Amino acid sequence: MSILVIAEHDNQRLKPSTLSTLAAAQQIGGEIALLVAGNGCAGAAKAAAKAEGVSKVLLADNPAYDHELAENMAALIVSLADGYTHILAPATANGKNFMPRVAALLDVAQISDIIAVKAPDTFARPIYAGNAIATVQSLDAVKVITVRGTAFDAVAAEGGNAPIETVSQVEESGLSRFVAEEMAQSDRPELTSARVVIAGGRGMADSEHFHLLEKIADKLGGAVGATRAAVDAGFAPNDVQIGQTGKIVAPELYIAVGISGAIQHLAGMKDSKVIVAINKDEEAPIFQVADYGLVADLFTALPELEKAL
Amino acid sequence: MKVLVTVKRVIDYNVKVRVKSDHSDVDLNNVKMAINPFCEIAVEEAVRLKESGQASEVVAVSLGPQAAQEQLRTALALGADRAILVQSDEPLESLAVAKLLAKVVEKEKPDLVLMGKQAIDTDNSQTGQMLAALKGMGQATFASELKIEGDQAVVTREVDGGLQTIAVKLPAVVTADLRLNEPRYASLPNIMKAKRKPLETLTPADLGVEVKAHTKLLQVEPPPERSAGIKVADVAELVDKLKNEAKVI
Repeated sequence: MSILVIAEHDNQRLKPSTLSTLAAAQQIGGEIALLVAGNGCAGAAKAAAKAEGVSKVLLADNPAYDHELAENMAALIVSLADGYTHILAPATANGKNFMPRVAALLDVAQISDIIAVKAPDTFARPIYAGNAIATVQSLDAVKVITVRGTAFDAVAAEGGNAPIETVSQVEESGLSRFVAEEMAQSDRPELTSARVVIAGGRGMADSEHFHLLEKIADKLGGAVGATRAAVDAGFAPNDVQIGQTGKIVAPELYIAVGISGAIQHLAGMKDSKVIVAINKDEEAPIFQVADYGLVADLFTALPELEKAL
Repeated sequence: MKVLVTVKRVIDYNVKVRVKSDHSDVDLNNVKMAINPFCEIAVEEAVRLKESGQASEVVAVSLGPQAAQEQLRTALALGADRAILVQSDEPLESLAVAKLLAKVVEKEKPDLVLMGKQAIDTDNSQTGQMLAALKGMGQATFASELKIEGDQAVVTREVDGGLQTIAVKLPAVVTADLRLNEPRYASLPNIMKAKRKPLETLTPADLGVEVKAHTKLLQVEPPPERSAGIKVADVAELVDKLKNEAKVI
């Protein structure tokens, strides 16, 4: 077997989701090539060469791959696909954008968001917002797969020494172009790879009160998340939404504050190792999944918690 | 501008899903079904394009069992002009749906295809991207804002860490994220009116598509149960437990 993994990176470094995807590739078994495509991404390719288990790095460094537009990325991956039995990418906004395009161009199915490798052609994946786990066998010669990063322990980022091959062909479709982006500026860790996540729900009552969560996040080196209800109410931006339609997180410690525990939210966090719930309603369903529940008013509990840390 | 909008019949999002006792699939018998919420957002966006004079016609398409007519009638009640059902009693994989939609696109020649970003049953998030690939169209997934400017769509997308705006040439596929709009409720007069709007039924054979399975569902299990832990009395006890029992801080 021979596996092509598509790296998620910021041009300088690999994103943690890439290391988790490499772990899934190792479980499938076989030679692993890691494609780093971008504009000015030689630094990320150097980092890729050091990642555990990578046998070669393919570097496609061209303005055509700036911002990873789906049409160009998919065309590039398809042009390199020959000889690989598996093509894997993290199930990030980028991977989810271009990988189905790759699958369709190769006339194969995509297996989305896998959480376990059962056999080289058989994978487990959540369906119905994680309320059921499907085991799916691919009948295709080439398996196109996106990987849920939180379900696989990252491989080591250092220690490898893979050769870097430059990909010279350029795929420029001209179908779409980048206009602008507006990224949240934060010194806190990325939500999906943070060791600690503290999230607020409708009970936070106001966007101002999210500062209470931020202070605790900073003490614990964690990230701040929110429920869809809190996002819809305008308390927090949508890119920190945790749940079926937002981010999936599985940190060491998840602190749910003022969160009732709707199914759609639980789908995004119930694989966390330790769950703490702080809610004044002792009947809230979140307590049914929490390891430690504190029935308290969050506006008194949060300042106390911050002081105690 | 002609807009094609897709709707999928799925389990209502408020219904608690149960796995069949033989673990062959989830149990959909006597379960309330509805339009996939993201498809509903796509329909709303299409109707708004028509109301603002940018779209001339909105055609709703669904692929699935005969009962998916109900979801098409809902789309018609929300403001779509006519509907097409590609009827298949066999479950259709994303690639098959994309191939069938590609044929509908060839027939209808829309300038814009609006779809939901994912269906809440299989949670695949594939079909829009696959359709775009098969037709050589550009794509803008996870849209939170859509503007039509001449021969292009300017789309703001929900991406990891923030928002990205791209311009994509028409015809294109745009898939709707949650914040694109808030769908309206269908009014009773519009529900009545929708019953008289045209609804055409086709089969995969009519479209010349042979549906082939690329995957096999081996089993479906309930997720591992998480049991409730303990209640702590106060913040001091919580911090003590996290430090000394769970050892996570």
